[in-house]
Amino acid sequence: MRPFTYSRAGSVEEAAKTAAGTPGARFIAGGTNLLDLMKLQIETPTHLIDVNHLGLDRIERTAEGGLRIGAMVRNTDLAADATVRRDYAVLSRALLAGASGQLRNKATTGGNLLQRTRCPYFYDTRMPCNKRKPGSGCGALKGMSRSLAILGTSEACIAQHPSDMAVALRLLDAGVDTVRADGSRRTIPIADFHRLPGATPHVENALGPCEFITSVTLPQPLGGTHVYRKVRDRASYAFALVSVAAVFARDGKARFAFGGIATKPWRSDAADAAAPSGAAAVAEAALNGARPTAHNGFKQQLTARTLASLYRQKEA
Amino acid sequence: MTVEPMSRRNLLQGSAAAAAALPALGEARAAPADHRHARKEEGSMTPVGLTVNGREVHLHLDPRTTLLDALREHLRLTGTKKGCDHGQCGACTVIVEGRRINSCLTLAVMHEGDRITTVEGLGTPEKLHPMQRAFITHDGYQCGYCTPGQICSAVAVLDEIAAGIPSHVTDDLDKVAFSDREVRERMSGNICRCAAYSNIVAAIREVAEGEKA
Repeated sequence: MRPFTYSRAGSVEEAAKTAAGTPGARFIAGGTNLLDLMKLQIETPTHLIDVNHLGLDRIERTAEGGLRIGAMVRNTDLAADATVRRDYAVLSRALLAGASGQLRNKATTGGNLLQRTRCPYFYDTRMPCNKRKPGSGCGALKGMSRSLAILGTSEACIAQHPSDMAVALRLLDAGVDTVRADGSRRTIPIADFHRLPGATPHVENALGPCEFITSVTLPQPLGGTHVYRKVRDRASYAFALVSVAAVFARDGKARFAFGGIATKPWRSDAADAAAPSGAAAVAEAALNGARPTAHNGFKQQLTARTLASLYRQKEA
Repeated sequence: MTVEPMSRRNLLQGSAAAAAALPALGEARAAPADHRHARKEEGSMTPVGLTVNGREVHLHLDPRTTLLDALREHLRLTGTKKGCDHGQCGACTVIVEGRRINSCLTLAVMHEGDRITTVEGLGTPEKLHPMQRAFITHDGYQCGYCTPGQICSAVAVLDEIAAGIPSHVTDDLDKVAFSDREVRERMSGNICRCAAYSNIVAAIREVAEGEKA
């Protein structure tokens, strides 16, 4: 790791202010992704602001009948929360499908949203990568791209978004609550939070400089049957090749969100509209515009088959 | 056959040498003043107080020091192992404030005031923790490198099941119960390259059944 200094923030405002006054500073929460990347010198902060002790570890009802999840709520606690299990089971399922028990004990709700891609060319500092080093090119486009995205890609980047949790939050139309360095607050809809790579794949989300995530807010429960299906190379502790989050209503309507196949947690209005027609129609709609490489075309068929499996599961 | 499972290092070094190599827990290696000054330019030394295996320790650390390196290099608690150093193998698993974590993916300075249990804190060669005893009984290791992490993880897994924390293979999120399937899923963050997995599951099952009885 490159040398850095360390401080512990006493309040949200102090955290944002310290960040604003310290060039090269980063917030550290669970640290499970940031420290990994710092060891590889992909991330090189000069100062770390520890935001673990700001009282942002609570889960509470909102006045609107939804749920406010503090940014420092650990993945384990969020998945196990009684209200989440009952009303937002797809979120519990997505969290439990990710990482290992040890990592979920550390990883936070806010940090997970900022988790960076697992594209091997992003991780290998000897390779060109527009996300890691803007303008250096993309090693993946003509490289080993089996794990990478087929939707939302650009000529500059085909890195897949790695999160399971964020796929469920996308499905549930969560809002990301933030505070900026000047103390002002806002809520960013999850649909707008993660950005498509376009020509600037290093810009991954809508956060401004020093903007800090304080909580994630879920709207009222959707009801219905919640399912999350993740397909990967190992039965456990691996990133998704394809994942599908779904909530099926009794009247045949449903909504879907996809992971592993896109550059951000993916939704498609056309896929949701196709729900009553069955899995094949949903897959066709969801995969409209897919641009597979020589190695990851299989993800199209795998998505269709995962959807078929989900339809069978909800009937069981 | 006599088995000395607790310390490979004792075995390698001979017990007298090993005893000399283990300074009193809690004494950080004091760096010479000029050396500390030199380090200051790289990143200032940061004080941190931890409670490790029931004993309070105070260290001055380069903030880059992971909890794993603080335990091994500064406190000489070498039971906890460094495998991949990237959170992929689980060899560095310790229990912090009652929860298992990868000690390689957290900074020691982030753990001010925390209670940390390593494999050395679970039991001693004279008084083994039931999980340590079960790993010996069931031959839950071959080379032994991943074993401290496996044991710390396994102890925490049984606590997680008892606390009703669900897993990926829990059919009904509200009904969490011990099963071999649950153990396999929950232990997936601990890799054993000797593949002693079936014996590890047997060891954990024995302890779980013992706790129930």
